[in-house]
Amino acid sequence: MTFEYAPAPESRSVVDIAPSYGLFVDGEFTEAADGRVFKTVSPSTEEVLSEMARAGEADVDRAVAAARRAFEGWSALPGSERAKYLFRIARIVQERSRELAVLETLDNGKPIKETRDADLPLVAAHFFYYAGWADKLEHAGYGPAPKPLGVAAQVIPWNFPLLMLAWKIAPALATGNTVVLKPAETTPLSALFFADICRQAGLPKGVVNILPGYGDTGAALVAHPDVNKVAFTGSTAVGKAIARTVAGTRKKLTLELGGKGANIVFDDAPVDQAVEGIVNGIFFNQGQVCCAGSRLLVQESVHDEVLDALKRRISTLRLGDPLDKNTDIGAINSAEQLARISSLADQGEAEGAERWTAPCEIPSAGYWFAPTVFSGVTQAHTVARDEIFGPVLSVLTFRTPDEAVAKANNTAYGLSAGIWTDKGSRILAVANKLRAGVVWSNTFNKFDPTSPFGGYKESGYGREGGRHGLEAYLDV
Amino acid sequence: MSDRPMSERLSVFKTYKLYVGGRFPRSESGRVYEVTGSKDGNWLANAPLSSRKDARDAVVAARKAFGGWAGATAYNRGQVLYRVAEMLEGRRSQFTREVAEAEGLSKAKAAALVDLSVDRLVWYAGWTDKIAQIAGGANPVAGPFFNLSTPEPTGVVAVLAPQESSLLGLVSVVAPVIATGNTAVVVASERSPLPALSFGEVLATSDVPGGVVNVLSGRTAEIAPTLASHMDVNALDLTGADAELATGLEVAAADNLKRVLRPRTGEDFAATPGTDRLTAFLETKTVWHTTGSLGASGSSY
Repeated sequence: MTFEYAPAPESRSVVDIAPSYGLFVDGEFTEAADGRVFKTVSPSTEEVLSEMARAGEADVDRAVAAARRAFEGWSALPGSERAKYLFRIARIVQERSRELAVLETLDNGKPIKETRDADLPLVAAHFFYYAGWADKLEHAGYGPAPKPLGVAAQVIPWNFPLLMLAWKIAPALATGNTVVLKPAETTPLSALFFADICRQAGLPKGVVNILPGYGDTGAALVAHPDVNKVAFTGSTAVGKAIARTVAGTRKKLTLELGGKGANIVFDDAPVDQAVEGIVNGIFFNQGQVCCAGSRLLVQESVHDEVLDALKRRISTLRLGDPLDKNTDIGAINSAEQLARISSLADQGEAEGAERWTAPCEIPSAGYWFAPTVFSGVTQAHTVARDEIFGPVLSVLTFRTPDEAVAKANNTAYGLSAGIWTDKGSRILAVANKLRAGVVWSNTFNKFDPTSPFGGYKESGYGREGGRHGLEAYLDV
Repeated sequence: MSDRPMSERLSVFKTYKLYVGGRFPRSESGRVYEVTGSKDGNWLANAPLSSRKDARDAVVAARKAFGGWAGATAYNRGQVLYRVAEMLEGRRSQFTREVAEAEGLSKAKAAALVDLSVDRLVWYAGWTDKIAQIAGGANPVAGPFFNLSTPEPTGVVAVLAPQESSLLGLVSVVAPVIATGNTAVVVASERSPLPALSFGEVLATSDVPGGVVNVLSGRTAEIAPTLASHMDVNALDLTGADAELATGLEVAAADNLKRVLRPRTGEDFAATPGTDRLTAFLETKTVWHTTGSLGASGSSY
C-alpha cells in the first residue's frame, strides 16, 4: 500500500532574510575590513538567500579586541545577572523558534520536522540549562571560586548551525567568558539572527561577536594570540590541525570531531523498534551527524530479517522539499558534501560491497542523495572505516557479543554507539566495553543539555553539556 | 682508583635496569649513561640509556596490561596502590639514601620526601573507588530515559616525570594515572633516574600487574618524541619536558589526538594534590537507557 501526501509546506513568510549581512562585532553589524563578501544558498533549491561579509584577519583582530574589552565587565557581573541574560536569550529563542526553524531549514536543507522538533527546542533548552549554572558555579565541583578563561574562539559546523552555536555560547557565557564565534560558510544565517537575539536581550556589546567566513577565518581566529580558549566542532582532520596550532600555548582546547558509530543489533531485539532506531541513527539530518550510527552491526541469525524490514521502512521515507512537514529526508548541505558522499559510496561499490538505494525521486534542483545501504561490508571496506557524513549505512554482521564489541571498537573514532537487545545485563556488559563517549541502548540520537556529549580517541576531547560541559570554560 | 684500605669489605653495587612488562631488562640498545650525585658529582651508577625501541616495547607492554587493569575493581586497584605504599615504606632507608644522593639533600630532608611519597600513594589508594562518584553521576534528561555518566580510563599514558623531584615527583605523577585504571610508560628524571628505577622494584613486589607501570631511563628528548607520536599511546603528561621540547611533543601528539597535560610552572609536589591529575586522563562515557513506563495508562504510578 502506498500513501499519498498532499504538499504541506511550512510558510516562508515567518522569516525575513535581508539581502546582505555584516559581521557582528562589538554589538554592531559592520563590513569586512577588506570588503570581501560571500553568498549563502539554500541547498534544496540552489537559490541565493543572502550575501555575507567575509571576515579576514583584521576583522578577527577587531572582534577579539572587542571580546577582550567586554570580558572585564562581563566576568565581573554577579552570576545571577549573567544568568538572567541567558534566561532572556532562552525565552527569546522559544518565542522566535518558528522563524528560526524555517530559517535553519532554508539555509541548511534539513527537514522542518527536525529543525522544529529537535534543533530549536534543544537550543532553547541549552540556554535555559546553562543560565541556571551561572550563579552556582562554586557548587559544580571545580573549586570554591572557579574563574572564566577569557576570550573564547569558537568554530562550529554546518550540520546543526544554531544548536552548535548554543552548545558553544551558552556554557561560555554562563561561566563569564566572552566569545568570538565563526559559523560555517554554508550556514551563517542563524548565527546572524542570533546576533539580533543578543540585541533584543540587551546583552552588553562585545560579549558575543559573530564572524562569518571560511576556513581561513577560523584558522586566524584559533591562532589569535589574545584568545584563551578554543572550541571546535567539525572534522577530525581540521581538529588535528587546530591541536597543532594551539600546541605550546596556554589556550585551553576542546574538540568534538568525527565518528563512525556502531549500532549493534542482537538477535533478541524487537525488530520493528530496532529498525526505527537504525533509520533514525543514519538518516536523521541526512546522516550529516558526527554521532550517526553509520555502521550497523547485526547478529548473523537475524541479518536477513532485519535487512528486509529496514529496506521496507527506508522505502517509505519521503525525500524532498525540506519545508514540507511530511518530509523525512532533506537536502545535502552543499555541492561539495554531496560530491564527497557520492565518491565514498562509489568507492564502496568498487570495493565490492552490495549497494542498495531507496527508490525515491530526486528533485531537479538542489543537492540530494537517496538513502543508501551497503550490505556485505567487511571491516576493511572504506565505507566501514571512513566517516561518510551522509545517508549511507554500512551493514556488517557478528556472531557473539565479544565479536560485536571488537568490531564496534575497531575504529580510530569513539563518539557514539547503539545497542539493541531485550537483555538488560547484555546492555550493561556491552556498554561497559564500548570505547565511545555516548552509548544509546534501545534508542539512538538522543540529546539533552544535562547530558555530557563528546568522544574517545580521535573523536576529540572535552565534553559539551551537563556539569562536565562547564570545565571547558573554567580555569581548572 | 680508591684510597680505601683493602681490608674493608667491598660493597656490592646494584645494576640499575629498566622496568618493562613486569621484568627488568637492560636497554635493548646495550647503552648506559653515567649518573652522578647532584652535590658532589661522584659516580653513582650506570643507568640504562633507553632507545626508541625500548619506548615502543614499553608501549606494547602497557597496552597489553590495560584491559586487565582497567577492568579490575576500583577496590582492588586501591588495595594494590596501598600495597605499593607498604613496600616503599619498607625500603625507606634505601630510598632515603638514593634521594639524598640524587637531589643533594641531607638524610633528614630526603627521608621527609620518602615519607611524603608513601603518604601520596596512600592518598591515591583511597581515591580509586571514589573518583567515579565525584566525576560522574546521573543526568536528569527530559525524557523517558535513565542517563548515567561514568569516568573511564583513557588508556596508555606516556608520562614524562618531573626532572627535579626524583621520587616524590615521580610518585605524584604516576599514582593518579594508574589509580583510575590507565597504564603508564614513565620516563624517569634524566639527571636523577635511580630512585625511579628502584621504584620499579617496589612495583614489582607489590601486586601491580606487569606492564601497568613501565619505567624508562635515558635522555628525555630522545625517548619522548617516540612516545608523543606513537599511535597506540592515548595521552601524554609533559610535566618533565622543558617548554621547547613540550611544544614539539604537543604538536606530535595531535596525530592521534592524545590528551595532553601541559607542564605547569612551579608545581609543588609536597602540597596535597587536588583531583586534577586524576581527571586529566579520564574519559566520560554517557549511557542512555530507555525506561519506558509502567501501566497501560502511561502512568508509572
